[in-house]
Formats: sequence, structure tokens, C-alpha cells
Amino acid sequence: MELVLLIFLGAIAITAALGVIMARKAIYSALFLLVNFCSLAGLYLLLNAQFLAAAQVIVYAGAIVVLFLFATMLLGGGEESSKFKVQSSKFLAIVLAFVLLVEVGYVLVSGTLTGIQGSDTPEAIARVGNVQAIGKLLFTDYLLPFELAAILLLIGIVGAVVLAKKKSNVPRPTSNVQNRKSQITNRKST
Amino acid sequence: MIPSSYYLALSAIIFVIGVVGVLVRRNAIVILMCIEMMMGAAGLAFVTFSRYLNSLDGQLAVFLVMAVAAAEVAVGLGIILAVFRHKETTDVDEVNLLKW
Repeated sequence: MELVLLIFLGAIAITAALGVIMARKAIYSALFLLVNFCSLAGLYLLLNAQFLAAAQVIVYAGAIVVLFLFATMLLGGGEESSKFKVQSSKFLAIVLAFVLLVEVGYVLVSGTLTGIQGSDTPEAIARVGNVQAIGKLLFTDYLLPFELAAILLLIGIVGAVVLAKKKSNVPRPTSNVQNRKSQITNRKST
Repeated sequence: MIPSSYYLALSAIIFVIGVVGVLVRRNAIVILMCIEMMMGAAGLAFVTFSRYLNSLDGQLAVFLVMAVAAAEVAVGLGIILAVFRHKETTDVDEVNLLKW
């Protein structure tokens, strides 16, 4: 059963990933990305990571893809000219990626997985619940990374605002505001 | 329980597709999407090892990577927006002022 689900979700994930890189328009890429993230969430469920599956849907599918869609609409993600300045670079890219795949595949096939087994067996996690176990770990052993992530997000917010803000050397014309105010008063009066 | 290597192979395939996308596509937004896809693939590998090693550390790592990805997308799209304002394009081939 697990194998059937793995093949099913894996096929969806790979197809969607191919769709992201082959779609002509950026908006279709974003929608394929949504499918990819949702199938990844399903795979997380298969791997007994329920909390991460929910977080994946909320953060990736809910927030990040929407952000991509907004940016695509804002910048007019039309068809990209697929012509290359150097035509061979596309070929080279695919060859190099194939080499990378072979390397990773070789590592997977040749070596056996080793490592120190932890104590969080599925039974132990099921006793307290996945979310509780992660939460406890997050606020004890991983408190510093957690706080750093919070600071990182704050910096991200500030950075995004600063970058996306309209910069102009001339001081912002106040007449614009006055015009708008007068428009409002006009509308009220009429 | 099916072997972890199946999940790892899937994660490797998605990662490599992301790499191809970054190298082949010219639209900066799509390149950012491919980077997100690669992060997702890495997350899958983390969770696989988390199950294999009976340890929650991998899931915590993915959780923190999600925070990093969210911040990265926000800043990255801000940068693309700023570039678009200067050059009226999101094509990475056109953005070459730092090339020389």
C-alpha cells in the first residue's frame, strides 16, 4: 500500500517538477509548483511527518506559491524568449545535470545507509503525538535556531519592504495627496 | 516499510530537475521557483533520514528550512521587482551590468 502511494505521489511530483521547468508561461510554472508541493506534503504523511505535511501545505502551497503568483501577475510573466545567446549552454546544462543524477544514484546504490539510531521511534512519537514531540524539541534543544529563524523572518520582511519600495530622488510630491483629498471631498459633496 | 532509498532517489530526481530548471530557464521568477523545488527535494531527503534514523532532528531541520525559504522568496521577489523597475525585464540574460 505504501509502495503504491509512493509511486503515485512520486509520479505526480516528478511530472509537476518537469512541468515547472517546461511550462512556457511563468504562471503555469507556479501552478505546477503548487502540485509539486502538495504531492511532497503527501510524501511527508507517508513518512510519518504529519506536522511537516501541514506546514508544507500552509507555508509553501499557501504562502510561497501565492507570493509567486502575485509577482508573476505584477511583472507580467509572459512567454519567455527561449532563444539562447549560446545555444550549446542548454545542452551542456542537461548533460551536467545528468552527470549529477548519476553521481547521486551511484552514492545511493554503492553505499549502505548508516548512522546512529535515535530514540524517536514511531511508537514513542505516537505516544505523545507528532506535533507535541516536535514542539518540545523546538523549545528545548532547538531554541536558538528557532529564535534565529524568527530574526531571519523579521529581516526578510524589512528587506522585502526596503527592496520593493519605490525609490525616488525627488521628494514625494505632496500635491498628489492633496489632489486625492480634494477628490474625496468632491465626491462627498456630490 | 519500504526502503529509504526509494524516497532518496525520488528526492534526487526532483533536485536534479530543479537544477536543470535553474540552468535552462531565463525568467528570474521561474529560477526562484526551481530553487524552491530543490529545497523541497532536500526536505524530502531530510524527512526520509529522520524516519530511517528514528530521530526528529531531520523534521526540525525541514521546519527551519521552511522559514528560510519563506524569507528567501520574500527578499528574492523584492530584488526581482527592483530589477524589473530598472530594466523592464525579468530575463536574467538582460541583467548583466555586473558581468565585467
